[in-house]
Amino acid sequence: MNAIIEVNQLKRVFGQNRAVDGITFHVEQGEVFGLLGPNGAGKTTTVRLLNGILPPSEGTARIFGLDPATHGEDIRRRTGVLTETPALYERLSARENLEFFATLQGIPEADLSRRVDEMLEFFELASRAKDKVETFSKGMKQRLALARALIHKPPLLFLDEPTSGLDPEAAQQVNDLIANLTSANGQTVVLATHNLFEAQRLCDRVAVMNKGRILALGSLKELSRKLWHVTWVDITFHVKPSENVAGSLKALHGVIQASAEGEALAVQVENEDVIPEVIRHLVNTGESILRVNPRDYTLEDIYFALQAGEA
Amino acid sequence: MNWRSIWAIARKDLKEVRQNKVAWGPAIAIPLIFAILMPILFSVLPQVMPVEDIQRELGDMETLMKNLPPSIQAIFEGLKLEQMFVLYMTAFMLAPLFLIMPLMFSSVVGADSFVGERERKTMEALLYSPATDMELFLGKVLAAVIPSIALSWLTYLVYIIAVNVASYELFGRIWFPLPTWWPLMFWLTPAFALLGISATVLVSSRVKTFMEAYQLSGSLVVLVLALVLGQVSGVLFLGVGTVMILGTLIWIVDGVLIYLSIRNFKRSSLIAKL
Ligand SMILES: Nc1ncnc2c1ncn2[C@@H]1O[C@H](COP(=O)(O)OP(=O)(O)OP(=O)(O)O)[C@@H](O)[C@H]1O
Ligand SMILES: [Mg+2]
Repeated sequence: MNAIIEVNQLKRVFGQNRAVDGITFHVEQGEVFGLLGPNGAGKTTTVRLLNGILPPSEGTARIFGLDPATHGEDIRRRTGVLTETPALYERLSARENLEFFATLQGIPEADLSRRVDEMLEFFELASRAKDKVETFSKGMKQRLALARALIHKPPLLFLDEPTSGLDPEAAQQVNDLIANLTSANGQTVVLATHNLFEAQRLCDRVAVMNKGRILALGSLKELSRKLWHVTWVDITFHVKPSENVAGSLKALHGVIQASAEGEALAVQVENEDVIPEVIRHLVNTGESILRVNPRDYTLEDIYFALQAGEA
Repeated sequence: MNWRSIWAIARKDLKEVRQNKVAWGPAIAIPLIFAILMPILFSVLPQVMPVEDIQRELGDMETLMKNLPPSIQAIFEGLKLEQMFVLYMTAFMLAPLFLIMPLMFSSVVGADSFVGERERKTMEALLYSPATDMELFLGKVLAAVIPSIALSWLTYLVYIIAVNVASYELFGRIWFPLPTWWPLMFWLTPAFALLGISATVLVSSRVKTFMEAYQLSGSLVVLVLALVLGQVSGVLFLGVGTVMILGTLIWIVDGVLIYLSIRNFKRSSLIAKL
């Protein structure tokens, strides 16, 4: 295994604002690496630094062994980037957009037309190839932007929020395309997203970022194990439970805390395996359960948990 | 330097700007209309106006003539009054109008390609391409300069034909263009096209929208009009050498502005403004 990306203490400040604040990670050949973080975490800035379109304030990065600060052009010839906004020329047709970027990527004139056709076909845009992009739906634009990022068959692909602004169906379609690329072709991908489920589905490893820093790094399984101790489950009763319901639960193995209020009970457990135990206990003690909701983690929960873990 | 990329960028910008008719429509239409209407007007006028009025109009020209270089004096020598009037108007007084076209057109296209690209949020994808900063810059400059020079030359051609046709009866020969128009067309016009684009590029880093850039470069055109164009007819009277010198001065200004623009046009500073 050889690292395609190696980042060491990379930093970028804008005035007082530390957009990227000393991050270190590496990405291997064939890996799908997630940059997971909320708005302003520094994901887009990281992608820009790695492609050499923004110089770092401190630290080093090597892409294909090259320094983006000095070999930006060489790197960009071998990377494809799906930008946060599709950044397509709305007044030009889909075909004209692809031809333009294919030319900039140095695809020879002889192969250009065939290559463009292939991409249009693959992304199901062939029938609209001559139409101006301004007439396209968001999903079509995103597919065209993806086609643009892939037109020169880059060994390294950056995807910045590939599904933001898409409806669930279009998002699913884009995610399927990405999943396809990575499983079938072994495409190396850096995926920036704030969507935990997207990361879960597509990424081998993620770096959880917040405020320019990497809070945790590893496979999602490793990370979630680290976070297990904050799994919450909300239970609603049909009839108001007995007074000491919370107290009796706390005695159970794996229950960290529990608090009841009216018909609602919130229980914090060590891991999901404990939840059936909790239910069994409640049923055995004669409580009538209406609903059980394991709390879904939002990214915020993860950050708080990680930050709490750090402190 | 990858010229294939540079041309691709220039072509793409032109395709895009072609759709922005509101912006460049007037920049083409007005000069073309002038190029046809003015020669007709000034050729017909002396035929309907009493010769004495023309005499009065040209009165102070007699004294002016005495100070002109012999080459220009020779042009006016032995001409009828009506001929002098047409020649004076079409070959000298209207000349500055022809420098507005390259100036305006290149600054409009420049505003669209440098500021419009950012405004429409398409700049980022372009910056992620392997094209160098210099290639991006040159592509965009060519997109503005080439069509504005080409269109200016087209306008000159239309004007030359219109002047000769309209005044053929009066002169009985093809007399236009005069020698001073050659440096005007081939030395001054490209210089003004470059002036328009380079000033717009400098302006473009300070503004956010195409409209702002359009208005700002509009005021620039007015400023240049007041400062330089007013002098052009005077310079034309002074002969070919002086026109060349004026052109050279504009080229030097261009050089300085282009140098500053290139220094400004860096991916890293462009991305910071997205
Ligand atoms: N060009 C810039 N000038 C000044 N500040 C910037 C610039 N680019 C980014 N920042 C700041 O850097 C921080 C990180 O921004 P960045 O866009 O990298 O975050 P992100 O993780 O991509 O967020 P989002 O999910 O909103 O896209 C933010 O605070 C942002 O305001
Ligand atoms: Mg972002």
